[in-house]
Formats: sequence, C-alpha cells, structure tokens
Amino acid sequence: MNKSQLPPATTGGLLSSPRNRAIIFQCLALLAVVACAFYFTSNMFDNIEKRGITTGFSFLGETAGFGVSQSLIAYDDTTSTFLDVFIVGILNTLLVGVIGIICASVFGLLIGIGRLSSNFIVAKLSLVYIETFRNIPILLQILFWYNIVLAALPGPRQSFSYFESIFLNNRGLLLPEPIFQSGSIFILIAFVIACTAVIFLTRWAKKRHDQTGEEFPLIKVSLAILIVSPLLAYFVTGQPITAEYPALKGFNFQGGLAIIPEFLALTFALSIYTATYIAEAVRAGIEAVASGQKEAAESLGLKKHVILRKVVLPQALRVIIPPVINQYLNLVKNSSLATAIGYPEIVTLFSGTTLNQVGQAIEIIMMTMAVYLTFSIVISLLLNWVNAKMEIKGR
Amino acid sequence: MAVYTFKEAKAAPSTSRGVLFWLRENLFSDIKNSVLTLLGIYIVYIMIPPLLDWMIFDATWSGTQKEIVNSGARWIFIIEKFDQFMYGFYPVAEHWRPNLVGLISIAFLLSLKFIPNIKVKLGLMLIYPFVCFVLISGGWFGLEEVPTEKWGGLMLTILVAAVGIIASFPIGIVLALGRQSEMPILKTLCVGFIEFIRGVPLITILFMASVVLPLFFSDGIDFDKLLRALIGITLFQSAYIAEVIRGGLQAIPKGQYEAAESLGLGYWQGMLLIILPQALKISIPNLVGSFISLFKDTTLVLIIGLFDVLAMVTLTTSDALWLGYEIEGYVFVTMIYWVCCFSMSQYSKSVERKYHTEH
Repeated sequence: MNKSQLPPATTGGLLSSPRNRAIIFQCLALLAVVACAFYFTSNMFDNIEKRGITTGFSFLGETAGFGVSQSLIAYDDTTSTFLDVFIVGILNTLLVGVIGIICASVFGLLIGIGRLSSNFIVAKLSLVYIETFRNIPILLQILFWYNIVLAALPGPRQSFSYFESIFLNNRGLLLPEPIFQSGSIFILIAFVIACTAVIFLTRWAKKRHDQTGEEFPLIKVSLAILIVSPLLAYFVTGQPITAEYPALKGFNFQGGLAIIPEFLALTFALSIYTATYIAEAVRAGIEAVASGQKEAAESLGLKKHVILRKVVLPQALRVIIPPVINQYLNLVKNSSLATAIGYPEIVTLFSGTTLNQVGQAIEIIMMTMAVYLTFSIVISLLLNWVNAKMEIKGR
Repeated sequence: MAVYTFKEAKAAPSTSRGVLFWLRENLFSDIKNSVLTLLGIYIVYIMIPPLLDWMIFDATWSGTQKEIVNSGARWIFIIEKFDQFMYGFYPVAEHWRPNLVGLISIAFLLSLKFIPNIKVKLGLMLIYPFVCFVLISGGWFGLEEVPTEKWGGLMLTILVAAVGIIASFPIGIVLALGRQSEMPILKTLCVGFIEFIRGVPLITILFMASVVLPLFFSDGIDFDKLLRALIGITLFQSAYIAEVIRGGLQAIPKGQYEAAESLGLGYWQGMLLIILPQALKISIPNLVGSFISLFKDTTLVLIIGLFDVLAMVTLTTSDALWLGYEIEGYVFVTMIYWVCCFSMSQYSKSVERKYHTEH
C-alpha cells in the first residue's frame, strides 16, 4: 500500500485515519524501546559504579598472562595482550570454520548423491546416516568424540602410526611440517601464473565453444597446468620445500605439526553434523530439476555425464547453494560450542578466560557478538550476490 | 469353420521379476554398483554385529556393580541412576509432582484438540502454565518448595524447551507481523532484533543473559539462573519463529489480504480471522523443525551451569561409586534425544503429507 492510496488524514477524529494511527503507534513503540533502553543503561551504570567495574576498552592493551594451546600467530604468555587473545580467537574460529566447511561440503555432497543412488544399500545407508546424526544435538556429539573416542586413543608411546610420519594418539594428531626454504617463493609465483593462464584458457574455450560449438577438455587441461607448473618450479629451484617429521622423544613427540585433540573432535563433529543438512539440500536440489529436463537431454542423445554437467547441475545448484551457504554460517556459529571442550576459539578465549580475568562483561560479550555478526553479514552479502547471479534471466 | 484356440500365455521372463531380478536391478546392475554394494555390506557387517553385541547380547542389565563380567554395555549404571537422569536433584519423595505435570500436559494437549468452545480453550491456556508452575516449584497449597537449583535432568530439558516454544510463539508472531508491516520505524526495530539474534550463536546470548542481564536491573530485582537462561532462550527462539511465520505470511496470496479488506475488516480482525490461521497452517512443518532445533539446543544450558539431561552424564559418572561409565551415559542420553527428535521429524513429515493436497 503506498501513501497515495491512504485516505486523507483529516477525516473524522484523530484516531480514525490509518495514517495517523500508524504514526501514533510507531511513536509509542519507539517510546517504549527508548524507555526500556534508558532504564537498562541507567541501571547498568549504577551497577557498574556500585561494583567498581572498570569500563572501556583499555583492557585490550594489558598483558593477558595465560597460555593458549593453539595459535596461528606468534603468541607469548608473558608479553601478549588481550587484543592478541582476541585475534587468536578469531583466527582459530576461522580455522575450524574453513576446514569444517570443506570437510562438510565434500561429505555432504557424497551422502546427498548416495541418497539418490539407484543402489539400494547405498541409498539406505545414506538415509540412516542422515537420520542418525541430524537428530542428535551437536554439543552431545562434540562431547562424545572428545570424551569417549579421543580419550580412548593410546598414549604417545603406543600411538597409531601411518607411514612412520603421521601419528595419532590421545594428545592429538601429528603430521610432518613443511619447511619453506629460500626459493620456495618461485613455486608460489609459478602457481599464480598457472592460475592466470587457466583463467585466460577458460575465456578462450568459452569463446571457441560459442563460435564453433567444439568442446575443449577444459577441466583436464586446467588441472594439468595447475599441477605441472608448480611441480616444475619445485624441481627447477632445487626442491626448496622439505618436511620436519615428528619424532618420539622421551614421553612425547617433538617437531612436526601437532593438531590438538580439541580441534580434531570439534571439526569432526561439526563436519559430520553439518554434512547431514548439506546432503539433504543436495538431494532436494537434484530432485527439484524437472524430470522432463533430463528426458529431453536424453532424447537429444547426450551422454550421461554431459547431462549431469550441462543440464542437471546448473539447475540444481540454483536450489542447492542458498541453503548450503546458510549451513556454512550455522557451522561457524556452532563452533562456539568449543567452549565445552576448551578449544581456544573466540568464545572460549574471550567470553570465557578473558571475561573471568577482566570482568568487563558488557564490552567482552559485545565484542564476541560483533565478530559473529560480521561473519553473518559477510555470508548474507555473499548469499545475495550468489542469488542475483543465479537468478533465472527472463528475456 | 476354423476354430482358433488361444495359446497359453507365456510366463513373464523370469529375469523381470522376483528376488533375483530385484537384486540385479538394485544392487548389481553394473561393476561400479556391485563394488558399492559389497562396500555397503562390509560397512554394515563391521558396524552392526559389534554394536548389537555391545548394546544387547553382552550387556549387563541387572545385579550389582561387582557382578559385571560381560564386555558389553553396563546398563545397570543407567538403571541405578535413572532417577537422576530424569529429575536431577529433585527430592525423591516429590517425584510425583513432575509426573503429574506430565499427565496434565498430555490431558491439556488432548483437551485443546477435543474441546470446541474457544473460551474454555483460552481459559485452559491461561490456567495450565500456572498449575504446572505451582506443582513443580511448590511453596503454595502445602507443597514443599523446591528451589530451581534442584531441578534437573530430562525434566529440566523438557521444561526449558516447552517454555522456550510457548513463550516465544506470541513474540514471534508479533515480530513477524512487525517485519511485514508498512510502518518504517516498527519494521526497522523488528528487522534489527531478528537479524541481530539470528546472526550470533545461542551460546553468546546465554552468556549475555547470565552475565550482562543482571546488570540491566536495579539491585532489588534478583534473577534466578534458570530464569535468565529461559529469557535468553525465549529471545533466541522468537527470532527464529518470526522468520518461520514470515515465510507462512509471504505464502498467502495477495487476494486474501484484499478480500479481508473488502469485507471491511480492520488490520487485526483480518489478520486474526483470515491471514494468520492460513499462515500458521502452512508454517506447521517448519515450526516443528524449529522446535526440534530448540530441543537440541537446550543442551547448551549446561555451559552456563544448569544440569540438563546431558550435564547429568558428567555428574553421575563423577560419583565415586560409579566412575568410568561415560559411554553408557552418553549412549543413553543420545538415545533419548534421538527418539524425541526423530519422532518429531516424522510427525512433521506426516503433517506435511496431510496438508499436501494441492496437486
């Protein structure tokens, strides 16, 4: 309803016209909200004064003085500040988010396709998997993997070992750590050049396809370029990347890349749980493609994999991608449950440890919430962009 | 005159029906499928027999702790601690009270279905929460008062979920209507609230409710820990319910709104009599879905120190007499959640089928 359709504001009494009523109603609502906010803030300042809580963000510059079990940036117990703790927390959240999203997507895609498989056993197993893990609270799953499964793994001396370089024990997973020596920058350069080449190749192939209708084996050639050129650079520059292997010294392992059990349990549980939702989205997306589309493609004599790639998937993705992106956001938000097992992400480090030490609840909770709101805004912008790009273009 | 005799009809080729046909079609249609089938059978083989052995055949169901000899699950731990899993620290002599509340709730739900009079229904809806509250917390009518710190177990889980869904429902409807309304200030307020709540994890809202909320009120008003958690959960849930109902409202054709207007109905009359009933009906499956999520999310209250059924695992296994029974505890709680959530999702599917009458 736009304003011109509304009846004139002057008929009858003050309350009889919808426009006046709307204005009065809104003023009342705003007044109520402002009054509430005023009541809360004035109480808040009273309480803060009474309890002697300091305010402001100056605590961010103070030395934190506690250890953090995993950090992507240089972190030191004695000199790092609460601001460093904040950044470490955000980075650890992002790490779990990115790895979890990759694992959940791969797994969800496989299960979603398995759910539609013509193979009876595969379809039923996928269904059982989805119904089992979707109906168990994620916190329960995290606690289960952490307290039962990982705790039951043997100690460092009896750890499971794979190829003498990967070790799994109750203190985590140990992997060989890559060491970049001088000259490894050339490999990166080679990789960037390969990426640029692939972009140009894609454009050229599309243009040629538009003009002549000939297919170019784009995926195979691009993969070859992406793999071969960094490899070539690696050998030409004299193998500048080596690895440091973990080795058992005394009671624990030294060297290598140590992945803490909290990270393993959290990422595993999040991926398993989110994959069930992604699988259902994938299934719904593929089922949403009208069967006539597939039949039409078949009657044109297209091969099965061509039908999947050129007819079914482009239409299914339009349905699949929006819910899947929402699930990515859910995964990142659910990573906050790490606080139950002590993985050092933003909620554990900031709303937990830092809050206990500093006691400035309002600033700290607001900062934590702001981090998640930023993620959420970024994701919804991404979603809008994808939706706009995938919109059916009417002519 | 030639006589034609009908030839006996041939049986259908044996390869197009029967067990063998089904097997070939569904399991072994080509090499890839056969490999997948064998892999699937192998997965079932390595998972199911040990699981059944552990859960049933080798399990210990009764006796005392010293008599456990089998390698399977020691369910006697669960049987021993069953009361604690259900009621937390609620006094044993008063267990009849939560049980009675359970019965009243079932009777209440049934009465809503069978009593046609809307005024009686409304009356029941107003009395019901009050009766439940008095029964559980006591302090009136000669009932012993049970402080909220003693509430726990599955009772607390269901209570938190039920309060969450019931209290958030009207707020959610108001927020959804506000978000759909044409008044800019109202709309902005509602959109701001909904997007803020949906953008942050529940755990931060619970932290806010438990740490920041007490600062918002003057000293005289003292909030119970459980009440703070309930406020947090209700705020959280109402934002999600609002979005579900908005979906329902958007699905109502514009003609319905116009029809309501052309009958001369005002905004509230049109909404209550024509639009909302239809919108809510469409939203039922999603509302159930949102209820399932809430039921699963109630586990988070353990992080702010309430003893729901999941927290009971840690608590019961730290009993000096019963150390090291975590697996049984987790599996038991898992089964409770799984059965509840699975039955709710089946219910929502059946509702969806029931209303799926369009084509």
